[in-house]
Amino acid sequence: MTIGLAHYLSVAAILFTIGVLGIFINRKNVIIILMSIELILLAVNINLVSFSVYLHQVTGQVYAMFVLTVAAAESAVGLAILVTYFRNRGDIAVDGVNVMKG
Amino acid sequence: MALQAIAFYILAAATLGAGLLVITARNPVHSVLFLIAAFFAAAGLFVLLGAEFLAMILVVVYVGAVAVLFLFVVMMLDVDFSALRAGFSRYLPVGAVVATILVVEMVAVSVGVAQRGAAAGATPLAPTSVTNAEAIGRVLYTDYVYFFQAAGMILLVAMIGAIVLTLRHRAGVRRQSIVDQTARTPAAGMRLVQIKSGEGLRE
Repeated sequence: MTIGLAHYLSVAAILFTIGVLGIFINRKNVIIILMSIELILLAVNINLVSFSVYLHQVTGQVYAMFVLTVAAAESAVGLAILVTYFRNRGDIAVDGVNVMKG
Repeated sequence: MALQAIAFYILAAATLGAGLLVITARNPVHSVLFLIAAFFAAAGLFVLLGAEFLAMILVVVYVGAVAVLFLFVVMMLDVDFSALRAGFSRYLPVGAVVATILVVEMVAVSVGVAQRGAAAGATPLAPTSVTNAEAIGRVLYTDYVYFFQAAGMILLVAMIGAIVLTLRHRAGVRRQSIVDQTARTPAAGMRLVQIKSGEGLRE
């Protein structure tokens, strides 16, 4: 059985779902939530690259690179916010975020 | 072809297994390590697809930078992680139902697109004399050069933002103030006091 586009897209779909599920079940732990977002973006990248290869269009890989850039920037800023939050409150339970006014 | 299929199934299983362990591991340090494993396996899938450049970028950027950043933060924060898992079993049933629906829908749409949709009958790009990095470079530095510059700008803004967010000035720490030092004049720094003989100096 040859490996086709559908196989890669299925892997990406399952990985995306794992990321969404990770956000669902780890609602308090913001570090795991950030990691789940990274998994979701990885799934998006797998989709982009597999379509790029199968449609013979290199633009998809360029776009995947931009997604990678934004993902790296997002995790850097997210972790910086997390460190600041931890410094102010002493823990990282994000269900307490709503007590911050302003 | 059979070898490619075996490699695909191993790498796909590794990616998905590591991804599942990322979200279920008890220790966040283990989660980060499984995230690294997931990215390595995904880089393997990219190589299998023929996107070597992006695979190497994935390893360098994620394993080299993002995952180490995560590891650094997880180890730096002194948090009781077991308390953060409190709602785990409560959210699991609902999450599992939503995830099942989502995965069935997305796999159905993916297979539909691949077999009957826009990409029906598409074959992977045959190896040519143009390498993957060269093909990306030809497009990236011509058609998408402004987007490339914008991506650099995003990284710069993210870097400055992260520094500004985490920088703090502690009270009570004496710092060197170069402006004060160079603005100091003899008039401000010393004072001539006339002392009568026989009397001491009393401040």
